[in-house]
Amino acid sequence: MSTVVATQTDLQQLAHSIVAKALISGASDAEVTIREGDEFSASVRMGDVETLKESGSRGVGLRVLVEAENGYRVASTSSSDFTADGIEHLVRGAVALAQVTSVDGFAGLPDGSEYGQLHGDLELYHEDVYSLPTEERIAWARRAEAAAMGADTRLVNSDGASFDAATGHRIFANSRGFAGEYRSSYCSVAASPIAQGANGEMQRDYWWSQARAFRNLESPEDVGREAARRTLRMLDARRVPTQRVPVVFSPEVARGIVGSVFDAATGDAIYRGASFFTGKLGEQVAAPSVTVVDDGTIPGGFGTSPFDAEGLPSRRTVIVDKGMLRNYILNTYAGRKLGMKSTGNAGRGLAGNPYVDAGNLFLEAGTHPADEILRGVQTGLYVTRLMGQGVNVVTGDYSRGAAGLWIENGELTHPVQEITIAGNLKEMLRNITAIGSDLVFRGATAAPTIRIDGMTIAGA
Amino acid sequence: MEHKRYFFEKFSITERLLESCLSEALSAGGDYADLYFESVAATSLGLDEQIVKSASQGVSAGCGVRVVSGERTGYAYTDELSPERLHRAAKTAALIASGPAKQTVQGFTETDAPNLYPAPAADLDTDLASKLDLVMRADRAARKYDPRITQVRASYADELRRILIAASDGTYASDTQPLARMSVFVIAKDAERTAKGSSGGGGRVEIGYFTGAKGPEHFAEEAARTAILQLSAVAAPAGEMEVVLGPGWPGVLLHEAVGHGLEADFNRKKTSAFAGLIGRPVASSKVTVVDNGRMPSRRGSLNVDDEGSATQETVLIENGVLKGYLSDKLSARLMGIASTGNGRRESYQQIPMPRMTNTYMLAGEDAPEDIIRSVKRGLYAVNFGGGQVDITSGKFVFSASEAYLIEDGKVTAPVRDATLIGNGPEALKHVSMVGNDLALDEGIGTCGKDGQSVPVGVGMPTVKLDRMTVGGTGR
Repeated sequence: MSTVVATQTDLQQLAHSIVAKALISGASDAEVTIREGDEFSASVRMGDVETLKESGSRGVGLRVLVEAENGYRVASTSSSDFTADGIEHLVRGAVALAQVTSVDGFAGLPDGSEYGQLHGDLELYHEDVYSLPTEERIAWARRAEAAAMGADTRLVNSDGASFDAATGHRIFANSRGFAGEYRSSYCSVAASPIAQGANGEMQRDYWWSQARAFRNLESPEDVGREAARRTLRMLDARRVPTQRVPVVFSPEVARGIVGSVFDAATGDAIYRGASFFTGKLGEQVAAPSVTVVDDGTIPGGFGTSPFDAEGLPSRRTVIVDKGMLRNYILNTYAGRKLGMKSTGNAGRGLAGNPYVDAGNLFLEAGTHPADEILRGVQTGLYVTRLMGQGVNVVTGDYSRGAAGLWIENGELTHPVQEITIAGNLKEMLRNITAIGSDLVFRGATAAPTIRIDGMTIAGA
Repeated sequence: MEHKRYFFEKFSITERLLESCLSEALSAGGDYADLYFESVAATSLGLDEQIVKSASQGVSAGCGVRVVSGERTGYAYTDELSPERLHRAAKTAALIASGPAKQTVQGFTETDAPNLYPAPAADLDTDLASKLDLVMRADRAARKYDPRITQVRASYADELRRILIAASDGTYASDTQPLARMSVFVIAKDAERTAKGSSGGGGRVEIGYFTGAKGPEHFAEEAARTAILQLSAVAAPAGEMEVVLGPGWPGVLLHEAVGHGLEADFNRKKTSAFAGLIGRPVASSKVTVVDNGRMPSRRGSLNVDDEGSATQETVLIENGVLKGYLSDKLSARLMGIASTGNGRRESYQQIPMPRMTNTYMLAGEDAPEDIIRSVKRGLYAVNFGGGQVDITSGKFVFSASEAYLIEDGKVTAPVRDATLIGNGPEALKHVSMVGNDLALDEGIGTCGKDGQSVPVGVGMPTVKLDRMTVGGTGR
């Protein structure tokens, strides 16, 4: 089922007409975003269907800028009401709201020369995500769960397995003549089995595969077996004493470190002085082996788009180059605040000002196979799961709940849980002593295995 | 219930339409169906660098149709409320079952609900000038607090959510739910260090609430005080130690350590570390924990839940013994218990599930100063950021944003951010003292579960845990 009623031309026309209405109503500039999407999800648990969900929705957002002597007043509105009355309300509301905001000398749309979009097929949209009939979608989820639970008799329960598919359509137009639209698709299969140990203790983990095209999805059997392996290895986990040892981050959790590098490099954190990267451009902030890149142009990537939320072409920006902080990540506003150009990283919701958003964000692969990194550790922690939000980008302080496997003499020995790992990102980035060759994108942010020395483990 | 009239007048919904959609939803043999209409109007204002940089308003409306067949749930929604679209959504959701219709729609009976919060007739977008005044006052107050405050961001956000629920079992309920919140975020800087501080609060209140004691100056000074304090903070200790939690927001401990683990869906499926522990000790005998959706004006309160059930006060742990779960209709039916009125959802696009409302520990008898005095070496944590729990293993974390060392019974140096970790079914067994100073949080909590966010409240008196692991870097 699809609730999309308008063709794409209709929606672009609608966006243009809203821009025109805003200008007539008193806006000096206007930006319109329209989003529509459909979703399907099937979940099973213990072999039975648990939920089936299928629907679609859409929304429109308007941002107006009203010129004043030394800048603009800006305001925005959003709505799910596409009727003529609804649109009228959207426009009048935004213009009225702009009367109450302050004049901001840094506000304003990008300069005309900056607009543009990537051409050619970015492989973002594949109709085949909806090609499976409902019964087959349920079967995919069932197969993933069956493969997980069939892997070992200790897998006695399940938090379920799922198959999801979604498509999205985004339209953007502004009063400087930019107009663009693109579609995207997504599908995924996931399983989350539960294992029980001899003492009754339970562990749950999960694994998934996601793709923009159904044909690129990994098999439900592969997903289920990997979910089982990850769950089983945590059985009989114990605590370890408080100590300082090297920590090896698996790719799934190393992504979080890369995300923190991005957060610290975003322009709005920088101009507010709210980042430990403030004033560090051109300085060595990480080990020389560390290169972090944001690239919104990778075909088929989950962070790829032809243009950003202000109508600037997506691009590749090196944030950290061989350990040196090379670029901040900017939208137009943050760029102006810092006297720099946007890096094409504007994101936005339907309402509100643009923020700074990542494309495909990754730590470049190193040369060491992951098992070689583990073998290089005498005593340490291989962390596979992190909990909580204990990352402070202002100070760099880092303290999170952790679970994983203990390393002795280069070998994984027993699982570990109910401990924390702590340090400060400023030192942690410099103390990255090994980077794996195992870079795989399983989402918009990716990292290989990394080893960080000098972190404190708090435990028993 | 005048709340439902909004839907009748604005969207031309009629009781006949509700009945025909429910019949359609049951047409393939479902056991139960419900319709959830929602209309939300939201406003937010943001001040940054001493100017109001953002103002936005949004409206959205839609309806979700759910059909339950045994343990199966079919769900579809629409953001157009025409009879045709509603019927189409009902038809889609109906397909979870396969067979001839076997249930009929019962006559509607309106849920008996209290009036816990104001229900403004008009949308909240009327008094923009007063809202602007709040964020500007917050900015001035934070800057005035200390010259080392270099950045202030202040925001005001409110929404008015209207809901109408009709179910095939005759449940019929509607509500108008206001929600308002102020937030202040500051950066403090001295010659050597930079630190952040934040504060905020609100509830199911109108703007007049912020002219009282919990106004912009209060939140601004709290944020500024925390940031200045952090400029001189020392490394947090690492390892297991005695931990004293202050009153109010540290109740997030309960939300993570026991609250989620007692949601009925996890216990029905036996995926919770608390499964099968009803009647068993899960905390020290000094501990009594309740979830209470019926507190006037609280952020987590609801006149009716998102399935149209009346909310209530539910005892989760009484004198250390596990007493009950938090349930929605589905888990209640499958477990043979009554719904506790905890079926909640983020929006019409989502399936409801058991969620907390306001979760807190009842006061004990100890004086807070005696609790501090009893600690030789430990941590005194008075404010926290968020937390997280692994329901199945029971391991939970919560991150302290304001904490101090306790040395020889005295509160000494402030420490830097640190995460605390524990095991849900065990952690509260180490509670050895419970203060007489129960406080609820100021109204900032948002809880996430399966990708759905809902506003919640927490609370606690001062509590001493004889051991808990503190994740710092120091000694």
